[in-house]
Amino acid sequence: MQDEPSPIELTKAVADFLRSDIAPLITGHQAFKLRVAINALDLVVRQLTLEEGSDAKEVERLRALLGMDGGVMELNRALAMRIAKGEVDLATPGLAEHLWQTTMDKLAVDQPNYAAYKRELSRQG
Amino acid sequence: MIEPQLGRIVASWYRGAFGVANSKMLSGGASQETWSFDIMHHNGLAGAILRRAPTGYGAAPTRAAGLAAEASLMQLAFEAGIPSPRVLHVLTPDDDLGVGFIMQRVEGETIARKILRDAKFAKARPKLTRQLGEALAGIHQLPQAKLPELRRMTAAKEIDEFERDYRSLNWPKPVFDLALRWLRDHDPGPSAEITLVHGDFRNGNLVIGADGLCAVLDWELAHLGDPMEDLGWLCVNSWRFGEIDKPVGGFGSREELFAGYEAAGRKVDAARVKFWEVMGTLRWGIMCCGMMQRFRAGPDHSMERAMIGRRASETEIDLLRLLAPRGS
Repeated sequence: MQDEPSPIELTKAVADFLRSDIAPLITGHQAFKLRVAINALDLVVRQLTLEEGSDAKEVERLRALLGMDGGVMELNRALAMRIAKGEVDLATPGLAEHLWQTTMDKLAVDQPNYAAYKRELSRQG
Repeated sequence: MIEPQLGRIVASWYRGAFGVANSKMLSGGASQETWSFDIMHHNGLAGAILRRAPTGYGAAPTRAAGLAAEASLMQLAFEAGIPSPRVLHVLTPDDDLGVGFIMQRVEGETIARKILRDAKFAKARPKLTRQLGEALAGIHQLPQAKLPELRRMTAAKEIDEFERDYRSLNWPKPVFDLALRWLRDHDPGPSAEITLVHGDFRNGNLVIGADGLCAVLDWELAHLGDPMEDLGWLCVNSWRFGEIDKPVGGFGSREELFAGYEAAGRKVDAARVKFWEVMGTLRWGIMCCGMMQRFRAGPDHSMERAMIGRRASETEIDLLRLLAPRGS
């Protein structure tokens, strides 16, 4: 077993250091690149925080939808193939809801400030 | 440095020029570079842009029209009165600068967030959508006999390319499968009318000034095809930069765009525009994934490219909003 602090805590500490201490010192293209770097670290923190929970629920939905067992990658491959073949579509009960929830979970990690995501989030109340 | 070479040739194509100054690279990859510089002449300075593929990198990627075609399209657009930079010189082998061309530098803004929010563009914003409709109508009416050799595209061919690119990722994205399936089921078939299509007419490739559209840039993806493609691509949510209720670039409505287009003597097929908006949304999603692949493969192992890979999910939510909208 690895010791503390956790990857989440370490990554967050580095992101906060770059944001508060380094960003004010830098201008121009390097400042732009630093912002991208901080965004990347923030994304990693969100993924480390959220992925386990959202993947577990995704697997649960996929098992019900597909009537089969497997890991999250294997089940997603199976769903993608069934959609491509036209075996399941938006008329299939549960498919639209599944794709929406899965996509919302992706945006929560990738781009929580994306305007379309925020709009849909407000719909869920 | 490129400046001494440019300085040697400038007098041959710019009357009264005696040198160049202030050259800087604006963007550069392995195969293509864009430089900004000033031409020194007896009345002062004239801004110019060089786009070139350095010697040894002449071959264009399959989708690109090629720099020679870009130059001739830009010049045709300029002559037809479409806001466009004037082409000053097409590079020759004697110039020893590779393949490419030099054009006038049009002053203005291309960064969407500034165009959408800065007070400087407050007067431009209400006019812009209609102007873009007019400019697209002009592009689609350019005389075909004068066009350079361009690839001819149909939706069906492009869907095949999307599918191939998506499968090459070997990473399942069920929303992309859903979109591919929808596109195949809803493809309206080849357009009855084939015109020049700009191919990348959107925020970022349009120079905007205080009075609106100053220049249309980046003809790299120009081809022959369904003119409605350009209107649909312009409406893709990715170019709205947060202003999601204004489908045209975050500043206008489809109605205004269509009105500008039709006032300039063209007809809109709104259903085809909608189809091409879905096409464009998936296209940008696949392009984001392509950035990730290029990041992995190198040589451009940049963090920016890697992070663009994580923007593919933005197009997934946009596709769901188009294909499986939830009640309001």
